[in-house]
Amino acid sequence: MELTKEQQAILDGAKGETMAKVMRTLVNYGEVFGAQKMVPVTARYGHLVLSFGLTFLGPVFDLFQKLIDEGCLSGQKFTCDPRPYDKNVPQSVLQKGVAKFVFGKQSRYEKQLEQLGILGEDSYTCTCYLDEIGNTPKQGDVLSWAESSAVVYANSVLGARCNRNSGIIELFGSVAGFVPYFGLLTDEGRKADWIVELKTTKMPDAQILGSAIGMKVMEDVPYVKGLDAYLGTELTDKAKTYLKDFGAATASNGAVGLYHIENLTPEAKQQGEDLIKPGAKVYVIDDAELERVKNGYPCIWKNKDAAPKLCFLGCPHMTLEQIKDWTEKLEAGLKAAGNEKVLVPTVFTTSTGVLKKLNETPYAARLKKIGVIVSYICPLMFMDNPLWQSQPVITSSNKLRTYTTARFYSNDEILSILTKEGK
Amino acid sequence: MTKTFKGRVIAPGEVTAEAVVTKQGFNTLASMQMMFIQPKTKCVDQSNPDIYKKVLQGKALCLPQTIGSTTGGMFLYSAVKSGKAPACLLFSKEIDSLAAAGAVLADVWSENDKMPTIDRLGDEFLEYVRDGDKISVKSDGTVLVER
Repeated sequence: MELTKEQQAILDGAKGETMAKVMRTLVNYGEVFGAQKMVPVTARYGHLVLSFGLTFLGPVFDLFQKLIDEGCLSGQKFTCDPRPYDKNVPQSVLQKGVAKFVFGKQSRYEKQLEQLGILGEDSYTCTCYLDEIGNTPKQGDVLSWAESSAVVYANSVLGARCNRNSGIIELFGSVAGFVPYFGLLTDEGRKADWIVELKTTKMPDAQILGSAIGMKVMEDVPYVKGLDAYLGTELTDKAKTYLKDFGAATASNGAVGLYHIENLTPEAKQQGEDLIKPGAKVYVIDDAELERVKNGYPCIWKNKDAAPKLCFLGCPHMTLEQIKDWTEKLEAGLKAAGNEKVLVPTVFTTSTGVLKKLNETPYAARLKKIGVIVSYICPLMFMDNPLWQSQPVITSSNKLRTYTTARFYSNDEILSILTKEGK
Repeated sequence: MTKTFKGRVIAPGEVTAEAVVTKQGFNTLASMQMMFIQPKTKCVDQSNPDIYKKVLQGKALCLPQTIGSTTGGMFLYSAVKSGKAPACLLFSKEIDSLAAAGAVLADVWSENDKMPTIDRLGDEFLEYVRDGDKISVKSDGTVLVER
């Protein structure tokens, strides 16, 4: 890799041994992927994936402390993934106790985040790109982010440029102010390896479509044809919400960092089929294929017929419109079934920014009336507690299904379970 | 019988260990999130029947690539520093950015704990290697598979 004089000096120790190791890490990491140079991070803010003070991630917190002690702080403010714990989420006394132990380093870590450069108290969410948070990069901005769902959204929907960085690497990029130039930062790396032809008879569930594509293309870039018939050709709030959930599923069920939606996402609109690599593979998705994918999800509950004890919706965090939409659907479903409250304890998760806006609307009271709790947590990390592993939790998030023992149902199925079936 | 493969060194080192093989992408977070409360790190990824419930710690993990959450590299780094990691990572394909981060972080920031990592071993490597094979990793990227 060819470094500028400034970068070489840092690597040689001009800013201390720790900063030299930060640079060495970025250089070695970039060289694995053939990066020839480092480029400046141009986005205003960063985003970190690590928001949870897991007792067992001591080596990471020790490394961060070293950065703080040596003055190697982030050159840009950053947002961060959601906090892992909320006492208001239904749980047993024992589960609360274990959570206290599992997330025993939370206070220490949040102090570290303040020292390193977190934007503010409302900065803990995986949907940092929403208006309520304000970490919304522009097309072409170079980012040093992690969090797979945020990276795929920034690349695909916003047209920013970011690799699927790991935790720690993203902070190093914000500390150094440079990232290695390879992969999704380059024009060539943003071209599609796959054409996905959508031939379903109705709008597919975002979570299942994303899962199918992620499992098929893995880390490649798909160019999706036919989805604009359902989402339109403008990035409306509805389309962006759909793509948020779709992208999270592609990134967690596979390793997608960028997708293009024909006639909809910015680069697809600007470049059309020029984005498709010669010889791109083709994946046809119809109703039967989506059914096949959904039926392939394992359920590892000890008792597969158990009645669900908890339902999580909002991984990634829900948008305000999504919460309003669910509220109306639940109210209508409950009324039709002659029920007053949801039949399974239900938690919506969203950012504190959205939560504040929600509390200014009548929807907050309406949700409370039907028994839905709204929380700021990361449900995925909340369930990273051994006592949750055997519990029958349900969700319509393919990301949450992937990382926990939660059982997946489509949004329509969840609605039915919550309002009339109870199981 | 010993078969030899040659790959590219991502993190150097020499080690001998028993193989554990996944033919599908290794979801680091989904697989290793319970490692710190397990006596020995075992895979808890319900979606990976190849290695679900199998021991990973101290094994030569043979895989095509890693997938999933961007906490992946961080978890690998912590696993190495805590002695909970596989003995080495052996990729048939080009390494992905998350695993590369974990391997590089462990290499640069750890004095004693190492996790030799080799990629580009080829599809034939993953087709050949089986659970329980004796794996020897050399510092030049040579991998010996003994059965």
